[in-house]
Amino acid sequence: MHMSTRQNLQGNHACALAAIAAGCRFYGGYPITPSSEIAERMSLELPRVGGVFIQMEDEIASMGAVIGASMGGVKAMTATSGPGFSLKQENLGYAAMTEIPCVIVNVMRGGPSTGLPTRPAQGDIMQTRWGTHGDHPIIVLTPSSVREIYAQTIRAFNLSEVLRTPVILLYDETIGHLVETVDLPDPATIERADRKWATGPREGFRPYADPGDGIPAMARPGDGYRSHTTGLTHAEHGFPTQNPADVDRVMHRLLGKFDQHRDLIDSFEALHTDDAEVLVVAIGIAARAAGRAVRQARAAGMRAGLFRPVTLWPFPEDSFREHAARASTVLVVEMNAGQLSLEIERLCAQPGKVARLTRFTGEPIGPAEILATIQERARHGHA
Amino acid sequence: MDTLSLDTFDIRAYLREDLLPHFMCPGCGHGIALRALLWAVHERGIPKDRLAVVCGIGCSGRVGAYIDANTYHTTHGRPLAFATGLALARPDLEVVVITGDGDCLAIGGNHLIHACRRNLNMTCLMLNNEIYGMTGGQVSPTTGGGRLTSTTPYGNAEPTFDACALAIAAGAGFVGRGMTLQLPALKTLIGEGLAHPGFSFIEAISDCTEIFGRKNDLGSAPEIILRQKSGMRPDTYGNIVDRPFQAKAMRIGVLGRNDRPEYGAAYRAAVAARIAP
Repeated sequence: MHMSTRQNLQGNHACALAAIAAGCRFYGGYPITPSSEIAERMSLELPRVGGVFIQMEDEIASMGAVIGASMGGVKAMTATSGPGFSLKQENLGYAAMTEIPCVIVNVMRGGPSTGLPTRPAQGDIMQTRWGTHGDHPIIVLTPSSVREIYAQTIRAFNLSEVLRTPVILLYDETIGHLVETVDLPDPATIERADRKWATGPREGFRPYADPGDGIPAMARPGDGYRSHTTGLTHAEHGFPTQNPADVDRVMHRLLGKFDQHRDLIDSFEALHTDDAEVLVVAIGIAARAAGRAVRQARAAGMRAGLFRPVTLWPFPEDSFREHAARASTVLVVEMNAGQLSLEIERLCAQPGKVARLTRFTGEPIGPAEILATIQERARHGHA
Repeated sequence: MDTLSLDTFDIRAYLREDLLPHFMCPGCGHGIALRALLWAVHERGIPKDRLAVVCGIGCSGRVGAYIDANTYHTTHGRPLAFATGLALARPDLEVVVITGDGDCLAIGGNHLIHACRRNLNMTCLMLNNEIYGMTGGQVSPTTGGGRLTSTTPYGNAEPTFDACALAIAAGAGFVGRGMTLQLPALKTLIGEGLAHPGFSFIEAISDCTEIFGRKNDLGSAPEIILRQKSGMRPDTYGNIVDRPFQAKAMRIGVLGRNDRPEYGAAYRAAVAARIAP
């Protein structure tokens, strides 16, 4: 029996419902526009499934509480926007360093500072990658529809559990407040992943030893391991070390721990990329507009295509290179002063190949403008 | 002596002995506070597997690692935030926070007042040594007036925080102050905090001989502790005073206790009242 249900859902509500479906049972948050609907929906839904919602005293505390709940073995999430995301950075780095699974939603508004609180933007692309200090691994997923918010929220939890890492779900205000018709899947069909729990001998347990796949099993408090967790650089035994050889070994494992799992992590959408002369790259609402522009360009006989990274970080660079190889122009469309462009320029060594269409006025970039730019570049390419 | 359970308490059973000797300076009171905590844990019969110790950053933050339990060394000022998530997610654990005067009252002050207000079941042990010891002796919110520190070279002009008065005002379920000089009394105080169903805040008057003491010419650790003692006024455990109370003496003992609902239970009750069975 198929139990899917059709609903008109707002993006932020879809995120909350998906989190519950993924097994999230703890939410710690702080009110901030344009993400507050996620907290509100979680405060309603979590108690119905035996979970706990708490509105903490500030953004920093909410990140701490989420990590604390996950240390206890409960899947946990928070949601915020620019100013709050900035405040969460130190604890986000702690979760990356100690490898505590958790999901952080950043519904992007205009910045910097208080910026444009009710307006969409995509200005946190680089902050999600490098917001906390020090080298660290991170996964960032960027849905561009309500249906995709639902799917990627579940995937965010699964990746965070399987790879023991914080995962950031990043989308702009437009996607967060968009209402679309969504077929919610039958809860019984949803794949849920759980972290590996330590089950071996208690004596001599090494909580950060590499079991071969780069992802150590986690010790659940109460299971008898009595291990130590610290944000200090720690050796395999979990206690601090300054021994250069130990630091080198554990940091190599930490920074390279996604390498064996890129097939799980990488994801993107490619539209008409096979013979595209002008390849558009965009995320979120900009990618929705770009998709329409590409279809219109095709209808007008132009060889346009779209590469939309769903996994933004680590950037799916091998796939991007393949899809971009035949294009004469790669047009990056983004609602900021040029951030994704930096990554695309890094990946396209050919000078002049990358063009930018950027805006930071708080207004989305429409299909017509993207189409016009495609036309211009297509002519330029033929000349 | 069996009322003090000295016959059964062996601190080594609660320590990660392979990490010893500990890294604290000679004369530091933190080790004595650690002994008081573990003695109280022993008396309460809390299994080590069920004990979760959450620490912040600083000298106090390093104390937890020596405990043979589930130990978490979190970020500066935030152990109460981490512990709030842990205690809500796992009410079966006995959650203890070890923090310091800088960690708890300066960078973490917001979390303290809200932890007190919320009254979630956990025990917060604040080790007050009047200084940021680990970073080299900078002024803290509890540094005494006129004291010399590496950032108050002309003497400290800031008033000091009374952490217990703050905790009481913010609504903590159980509030007490003890000192490392009086180990059994501090142990009993922590034990009462562990037993209290709600947020317990216990300030342990510790000392920093090597940095704060040296900078202020306070002499040896015993001299510092005896001077602390003369400035205390007992409210509950009246076994220490051998000289008249001083006008500006700090109160020690159980300083506050109330029966406000424990937050976890209150949250579950509120939900149960609205969700039909």
